[in-house]
Amino acid sequence: MDWQPLFLSLKLAAVSTFLLIILAAPLAYALSLARFVGKAFLEALINLPMALPPTVLGFYLLVIMGPKGFLGRFWETITGSPLVFTFQGIVIALLIYCLPFAIQPMKAAFEKIDRSMLESAYVLGLSPLATFLRVIIPNSISGLAAAAILVFIHSIGAFGVLLMVGGSIPGETKVVSIAIYEAVESLAYREAGRMCLVLIPISYSFLLLLNLITRRSRAWS
Amino acid sequence: MELKISVKKRLPSFELDVAFSCSPDKLLVIIGPSGAGKTTIIRMLAGLDKPDEGTITFNGETWVDTKKGIFVPPQKRQLGYVFQDYPLFPHLNVQKNVAFAAQDETCVERLMKQFDIWHLRNRNVAMISGGERQRCAICQNLARKPRVLLLDEPFSALDAVTRKTLRTEIKQLKGELCIPIIHVTHDISEATQLGDELLSVVQGRIVPRWLFQFRLKDLSFRRRAGIEDIWGQNDTYNDNLEVSSL
Repeated sequence: MDWQPLFLSLKLAAVSTFLLIILAAPLAYALSLARFVGKAFLEALINLPMALPPTVLGFYLLVIMGPKGFLGRFWETITGSPLVFTFQGIVIALLIYCLPFAIQPMKAAFEKIDRSMLESAYVLGLSPLATFLRVIIPNSISGLAAAAILVFIHSIGAFGVLLMVGGSIPGETKVVSIAIYEAVESLAYREAGRMCLVLIPISYSFLLLLNLITRRSRAWS
Repeated sequence: MELKISVKKRLPSFELDVAFSCSPDKLLVIIGPSGAGKTTIIRMLAGLDKPDEGTITFNGETWVDTKKGIFVPPQKRQLGYVFQDYPLFPHLNVQKNVAFAAQDETCVERLMKQFDIWHLRNRNVAMISGGERQRCAICQNLARKPRVLLLDEPFSALDAVTRKTLRTEIKQLKGELCIPIIHVTHDISEATQLGDELLSVVQGRIVPRWLFQFRLKDLSFRRRAGIEDIWGQNDTYNDNLEVSSL
């Protein structure tokens, strides 16, 4: 069995999860606290990747990230290389695709935090940033962990978006879901079956972990 | 070290309009019925709410001046605020909660011993009683070496015996600290027992005669009901007498 697509999927999922948790946490915090006109519209926009067919999202990402798209041109100006059909390209595509899976559990965890605890931290001299790092984050660990697991699982299973934006370049963008599809296309069922079988315990153990965290979080609250 | 406040704030059912001061060695009790605006006053002093107009100064330092657009955030006022529902940090144990904003780590042990919670230092804050949580909250605020101490109905959720013990501790504390202490309550016996000065607030206004009128009303009720006790003579009775019961 060719292990490269599986390792690439794990690497992609790890990088995307790490980046998305860091990027989505402040956004989820702002959404949990702020009251502003158009908040419902912004939240619906953030959740849109969850409702759209992945190929539709992938198509628009391909347009934006392509050589004529604003993101593609911007990337090329900075790095000197194109964005589509690269590992970096599929990481960016996954960040957008998985954003709602990161935002929802984190926002729910932040909303559960007692407002008077934040006020107490302010009175005790903590800046909003220090309060976020020293009070909010430690008290939202279960929400952060749930977000990380959901993003990781969805990253491993992503197919349509990655195929549109990354194609199938071995070692660069050919992740396990695409490798399975290609193996089936070329009637290599045994190879496809082995890859599928490896994915089941990985996904199952992460779901089990998510279940344990959710139970523990319920017990705490 | 005098704290002066003169503020107005529009609230949903009335306008809060108060002006008073508190000197360093005094414990000022703000008393009044529920919904009178007491907590709003204390929140404005802490910097958690902004007045619509007015000034708040401490020791010549302006914390709020709406005309000049000055507003010092709570982080920079260096005050202690013991909330009604004592929001401790659940991810930290008792000792770490007390040390959370301590300026000097050595005072943490001393304060915890003084308030008799040193033996609970490694406990999770969810596993201690209401009275112990409140003691922890008081220590947490004192460890910061506050310049003003604000107590917002700190004993309201406690049983009568714990309340009485904590009152005695606050009374002792007042003698040790030389800072203005403002205590909000709707419990009249607590107010008369603790306060050097009483400030009655009703519907957002200071009503000096309100407490007197309330006492007359209560006295006449007790006479009609055949109750012999008068104010301050029976603590057990007074412990349960609150203004909101009017």
